[in-house]
Amino acid sequence: MAKLRVGVVSPEREIWSGEADMVIAKTVDGEIGIMPQHAPVLGVLVEGGVLRVKREGEGDLVAAVHGGFISVADNEVSVLAEVAELGSEVDIAAARDALDRAQASIEANQEDADAAIEAKRARARLRAAGEEV
Amino acid sequence: MGAQLRLLRRRINSVKSTAKITRAQELIASSRIVKAQQRMQAALPYEREITRAVTGVVSNAASVDHPLTVAKENPAKAGVLIVTSDSGFCGGFNANVLREAEALRGLLQSRGLTVVPFVTGRKGVTWHTFRNREMGGNWVGFSRKPAYADAKEIATTLIDSFKDDNGIDEIHIVSTEFVSMLSQNVVVKRVLPLEVEETEATDTTVIPPYFEFEPTAGDVLESLLPRYVESRIFTALLQSAASEEAARRRAMKSATDNANELIRLLTQEMNQARQAEITQEISEIVGGANALADAAAGKE
Repeated sequence: MAKLRVGVVSPEREIWSGEADMVIAKTVDGEIGIMPQHAPVLGVLVEGGVLRVKREGEGDLVAAVHGGFISVADNEVSVLAEVAELGSEVDIAAARDALDRAQASIEANQEDADAAIEAKRARARLRAAGEEV
Repeated sequence: MGAQLRLLRRRINSVKSTAKITRAQELIASSRIVKAQQRMQAALPYEREITRAVTGVVSNAASVDHPLTVAKENPAKAGVLIVTSDSGFCGGFNANVLREAEALRGLLQSRGLTVVPFVTGRKGVTWHTFRNREMGGNWVGFSRKPAYADAKEIATTLIDSFKDDNGIDEIHIVSTEFVSMLSQNVVVKRVLPLEVEETEATDTTVIPPYFEFEPTAGDVLESLLPRYVESRIFTALLQSAASEEAARRRAMKSATDNANELIRLLTQEMNQARQAEITQEISEIVGGANALADAAAGKE
């Protein structure tokens, strides 16, 4: 079966690139699963989403992706993230700390939009690292 | 004579310490170019992908009207982003950028547009404040190592002003492009409104795939275009950072070379002065001895 060529890039560096069998991402419309021979798609990713790249014989590659796009064409998948972090690179303690702080400021002020985004990001990072949130 | 010798020695010492400083600056700049180049390389994949995505959307959905793609009918104001450095010691780097910016200003004014400069880098900001030019925005402190957040901040300001009815109607960037260690060019690019190059599709044999959009083409474009502008600005900042270090390295290298040449000339002059002093002393001693000998001969 054909493979997908996947690239996860952020403005400052290329996070990961390689071959995969399936890519699962979360767009603003909902989850989207991409397998080889998928029709060309350009989607907007949600803030604080988790990207899952399924590979044969290896564990899944999981990354926290904040905002950005996914573009699929000719079995090439590019994930353009504003900020992205591989699950294995996440500093769990720091993410938990960020989540606690964000939740505290949400409790203090219900309309704190920045804190809401901050909380989403922290949750995505924890989920990418395989933690329960 | 003694005074001249001491003066020359003092000058040589001062030139030597200057040469030491410029040499150190040159080495620092050389190591920084490499890092700046690496950052430039690292940013390439993202820029390439986002350009491809924008081309994809625009060529697929020609009907999409977005404020960022449509040229305004009666443009009145043009924003010019001028990318300069924070620190000096880099030869003609900033002067070149500012000269090009002035040329662009003249060109835009001849089209009847008011020019609003947006400036990054302390040197450019000082240049504008000294001339009492009003700036649409200025940012300092990151010219050597721009982060994406800096580019985002600049892009947000520019796009907000672009969307505003009384704001700017065009955005141009004047920055320095890094070609190689030895060559950097000042380039002027128009960022907004986007120049949709329709000829490109017919030139290339690859037909852009027909994209589906999640959720809709308009929504995708809405969030894609600002990212694209950010990416363009980020690239300009990174290229400018690398060029700044390259220009600094070259300027410091020629300063060091000049200092060494000066040291050589001064040393020569000093040796001559010392030799002249010695010769004079010898002739004085010989003269004195002769006079004494003559006087003694006269007595006998």
